[in-house]
Amino acid sequence: MATKNVDLRHFTGFKSLTLLCLFLLYAPLIIVMVYSFNDSNSITRWNTVSLRWYYDLFYGVDAPKFKTAAINSVSIAVMAAISATVIATMAATAMLRAGSFRGKSVSFALINLPLMVPEIVTAVATLIFFSAIGFTTGYLTILIAHIVFCIPFAYLPIAARMQGIEDVYEQAAQDLYATRFQAFRLILLPLMAPGIISGFLLAFIISLDDFIITNFVKGAGVETLPTVIFGAVKQGIKPNIMAISTLLLAVSVGFVALSYFVGRMGEKANPTTTKQGD
Amino acid sequence: MSKDKEISVDIQNVTKSFGAFTALNGVSLDIRDNEFFTLLGPSGCGKTTLLRLIAGFEEVTNGAIHLYGQNIADLLPNERPINTVFQQYALFPHMNVTDNVMFGLLRLGHDTSKAKARVGEVLELVRLSDFADRMPSQLSGGQQQRVALARALAPSPKVLLLDEPLSALDLKLRQAVRLELKQIQVQTGITFIFVTHDQEEALTMSDRIAVLEGGRVQQVGSAREIYEAPENKFVADFIGETNLIDVTVSNVEKRKGSCVLPGGAQIICSAAEGALVGSGHLSIRPERIKITASGKGMLEGKTVRHIYLGTDLHIEVSLTSGSRVTVRMQNSTQIKIPNVGQSVGLDFEASSARLLVD
Ligand SMILES: Nc1ncnc2c1ncn2[C@@H]1O[C@H](COP(=O)(O)OP(=O)(O)OP(=O)(O)O)[C@@H](O)[C@H]1O
Ligand SMILES: [Mg+2]
Repeated sequence: MATKNVDLRHFTGFKSLTLLCLFLLYAPLIIVMVYSFNDSNSITRWNTVSLRWYYDLFYGVDAPKFKTAAINSVSIAVMAAISATVIATMAATAMLRAGSFRGKSVSFALINLPLMVPEIVTAVATLIFFSAIGFTTGYLTILIAHIVFCIPFAYLPIAARMQGIEDVYEQAAQDLYATRFQAFRLILLPLMAPGIISGFLLAFIISLDDFIITNFVKGAGVETLPTVIFGAVKQGIKPNIMAISTLLLAVSVGFVALSYFVGRMGEKANPTTTKQGD
Repeated sequence: MSKDKEISVDIQNVTKSFGAFTALNGVSLDIRDNEFFTLLGPSGCGKTTLLRLIAGFEEVTNGAIHLYGQNIADLLPNERPINTVFQQYALFPHMNVTDNVMFGLLRLGHDTSKAKARVGEVLELVRLSDFADRMPSQLSGGQQQRVALARALAPSPKVLLLDEPLSALDLKLRQAVRLELKQIQVQTGITFIFVTHDQEEALTMSDRIAVLEGGRVQQVGSAREIYEAPENKFVADFIGETNLIDVTVSNVEKRKGSCVLPGGAQIICSAAEGALVGSGHLSIRPERIKITASGKGMLEGKTVRHIYLGTDLHIEVSLTSGSRVTVRMQNSTQIKIPNVGQSVGLDFEASSARLLVD
């Protein structure tokens, strides 16, 4: 590959540029995380370490607001992720196991296009769609919108996994008297489990973190964590915002890491690498 | 095998096309009950395709396949009493050996305790009883192959399809497993359809062999028939080694041909179906040719080189007519080996030669 003198690492300023980028990326996050443990009413002046603002989140004046928002966020994320995962699994099965059918490449593009459409466009379009069909915006519209935009995110790891599983296993199952559905349920599904879990976790986190689309379709009175944080920030940043942001960040990082490790674990037990020992 | 034995799988004029490509072209075979039947042919000749048609993973483009008299065109793979040992074994990676072997039994609706007993039986048969709890990834290639065999045998299918099951094994293991496999076939009485491109494997195990080439059946017969009486150049060349000598055919009558050898000697030998008067090819196996002591013989030429094969030696002789002939002789101290460059005479029995069509 790259020989010594064209190696990117040897360009002058490469190291400092890298450090600058990393700084810009992570400094704000680190500051928020550190200051969430600040025992002070000010968001900039450091006092002493305490869990005061975390306590405030759960028992302070804003607690009921945050609690409702958290329940909405988590319940929507769970339902949206489950639905999106089921739909994505069926879509992947159709795309990769049903042979070729008319409009296959179009379907593939349609499944993945939402990843490239600017989110604000999707948000506006979804809102217009709901009002056109006379849906009152609220919890249900958020859920429907989340299911839809989570599908491509769930689809990617699931399809990647399914692609790696040769269809000879399902054929072996059918050869051993399994119906097509049994071959799917008893063989393909367990082999795909890492991809499915990965897809579910990704969809969950995408739903949990979404702000733009949610903000458009939520209607009055229904809030999720991102929208409630945004609302609170508009009225001036209280330190408890940093606490809740830190919690949300922790959950996100945790899920992304989990998704990554499940994917890795699946790779290690990859059926395509254990089939023969010649 | 007697001719009137019941037909197990009857393949009638089957053609299989993938788009414009014809993988199988008018294949007809009648595989008998309890038979160890081998499909032998070079890579890409359509062996796997034929098995997939029998198993039900592909549909015939033309023709029909009957199983014990019943047309199975409309049966799904899971509705056919046929099991397969796949070329890549395809053991279920998330199940241990027992669950793999039990899979087919449970799908057939056997209750768990009966199925367990049967699994014990077949694991015993393939000598893997100690490995019942292992995962496939914890087994050697040879063990995986035997699990695949046990899994396919467990439901006692009427026909067992084996797609080059020994190709991943090393030579010693392959030779041992060959005998085992043959023994299991005799013991279970199941019809085996065995695919290989290894002619030695085919010759040692099979009741009958079908030689396939380019999607067509070239010849069907016992190992001896195919080796001793090949019907065409391809079969003669693919099964074992042979010398093809250009001859002039002066007469063909009742499958006997009179041929004039390059040196002028004349012989009468068996002729393949369709042999014609004119120019033809005589096939003589290297081990059937003797080097004469006198230096005179039916064919004459000069030794070109020796090839050392361990138990045997190959002597390459360049005939006066220009073509080359290989003689196989035992690597024994009793036999005098001609030096390179020495003039030699070659003799063979007329019954060892066979006149072939192109
Ligand atoms: N699904 C398919 N689509 C197109 N061509 C195919 C398909 N399956 C097989 N073929 C072609 O049919 C021919 C026969 O293939 P097949 O797998 O039966 O060969 P084989 O005799 O089993 O060879 P090998 O010994 O290498 O396993 C090959 O030329 C192959 O490319
Ligand atoms: Mg093959």
